[in-house]
Amino acid sequence: MTARSALSAAATQPRPTGMMSRLLSSDMPRSRALSAILIVIVAGLAATPFLFSGSQPLSTAAKICVFIALVASYDLLLGYTGIVSFAHTMFFGIGGYGVAIALERLGPTWISVAIGLAVALVLSAVLAVAIGLLSLRVRAIFFSMITLAVASAAAVLASQMSTVTGGEDGLSFQLPPQLRPAFRLLLEPIFGVTINGRVLAYYLVFFAALAIFLALLRIVNSPFGRVLQAIRENEFRAEALGYRVVAYRTAASVISALAATVAGAMLALWLRYNGPDTTLSFSIMIDILLMVVIGGMGTLYGAVIGATLFVLAQSYLQVLMGAASSGLSGIPFLPDLVHPDRWLLWLGALFIISVYAFPGGIVGYLRKRQSA
Amino acid sequence: MSEVLLQLEGVHTHIGPYHILHGVDCAIPAGGLTVLLGRNGAGKTTTLRTIMGLWQASSGRIRFDGLDISKAPTPDIARAGIAYVPESMAIFTDLTVRENIVLAARSGPVDSGRLDWMLGLFPALKRFWNLPAGNLSGGQKQMLAIARAIAEPRRLLLVDEPTKGLAPVMVRSMIEAFRALKAAGETILLVEQNFYAASALGDHVLVMDDGRIAHSGAMSDLVADPVLQQRLLGLSLDAHQ
Repeated sequence: MTARSALSAAATQPRPTGMMSRLLSSDMPRSRALSAILIVIVAGLAATPFLFSGSQPLSTAAKICVFIALVASYDLLLGYTGIVSFAHTMFFGIGGYGVAIALERLGPTWISVAIGLAVALVLSAVLAVAIGLLSLRVRAIFFSMITLAVASAAAVLASQMSTVTGGEDGLSFQLPPQLRPAFRLLLEPIFGVTINGRVLAYYLVFFAALAIFLALLRIVNSPFGRVLQAIRENEFRAEALGYRVVAYRTAASVISALAATVAGAMLALWLRYNGPDTTLSFSIMIDILLMVVIGGMGTLYGAVIGATLFVLAQSYLQVLMGAASSGLSGIPFLPDLVHPDRWLLWLGALFIISVYAFPGGIVGYLRKRQSA
Repeated sequence: MSEVLLQLEGVHTHIGPYHILHGVDCAIPAGGLTVLLGRNGAGKTTTLRTIMGLWQASSGRIRFDGLDISKAPTPDIARAGIAYVPESMAIFTDLTVRENIVLAARSGPVDSGRLDWMLGLFPALKRFWNLPAGNLSGGQKQMLAIARAIAEPRRLLLVDEPTKGLAPVMVRSMIEAFRALKAAGETILLVEQNFYAASALGDHVLVMDDGRIAHSGAMSDLVADPVLQQRLLGLSLDAHQ
């Protein structure tokens, strides 16, 4: 085979890959530091029930899993396709409400979960197609405004339709028996941990998030994903190659919406509750944007880093500041500065600093450092 | 003249409040290379973009192989067999060279024989095959843009000023590549400001002025007539040798 024929083969056939490379769709982290951080995060999440006792670490880990899936799905839109949508939490909420309403109305069974999730997925797909076809032809800023209006309308609707959604109070519901704390999968503990329904619920969330992440990784590294990146860079050039930009953008919106819907369903299953503040709130949309930017846009690994840092900071910054404030007692001014009541101020300051320090996100920074 | 592949009849184009094309009439024969010449602002780029549907003609008709494409959307025009290489080295800089090429092959994997032929035309691309296209030099980006346009067999290539801003050595490489494309039977409509390159490549010539076709004929006739060159373009080829 000549050198050129070898290149032809490389262009026309998949590149030879190992198992990990296949799993990651040949999209490797491309930085040793990033690889190490990702391994620590994934291993930590996989082993959380065995590493930490108490409910807060498990709840924090479950929230990280849900937000990894949610932020990765948003990055498909923002980072890979260049679409700024504010309706992502609407699809997140549809997933949560789909499962919550089904379990509350039809009873705590797996069939209810399946029906609720299926109805939510169909509704999300229909809405994503409608928004995409009606709005993606207009200029980006108008599309963003339309999605903002639609998301606000959905939040108001969820609050007003209290007979179905529970209104502002939301819906509490029972889970299928296998996911309840009283359920025991094994009689004997493993490494001192009782494998109960709560642990099973955690692993359901963990593996759902992992599956969504790997599926999205496969999508962005497929020919379809390359077209999305081409559209992001220059839609007119993509059109001149024969690609129908609106159709591709709509398809990306639908895939992203479906992933967000599943993430919403997983959060509802974990919390055994769904309400406007847990899935539909505009502050969650801001959180998602921050996580994407901090992790690094246009790289799904950024979703893992961004979601982990953000949720950890949200969950533990106040505790850390409390400890720091106690440790600094006796010194003037400093204990007040790091008083736990000021945690939101410091959270904001940390994010501003990280955006300044890592304009390409943490993943972008680590990759740049590796290639330098 | 051989069979007409592309025909423009009284094409007018407005961009916002500006009337750019004032009734363009021309015919591009199948096979060979037609050069579109003219001063800056004459309407050459607008003509290519109008053919491609990137700016809609406000009136007139554009026929491609008998098919009216005047109001067709850009993707349909591309799928009909017209490839467009804009003047701004329009590649996708975030994608690798390989991904740029694969992206252009909409109907499936790039034919290996065709890829070999393309890389024979532009051997520099081989070295950067798996690197981001944004790392290429200006000339290499232009080569990639043309390679992308021919990744699949197309019936007509529209190329906008491929030698603009390139070093003389790259200009010579580009001329050789276009000679090879001509020899392979491609039909090319080339906008070119460099009269040396245009005269070396063109079989036919169209000269635009103020949004209209001011002259149409064989390139050899224009090359042989310094008076005509002076009248149409305000230059003589002798001064550009």
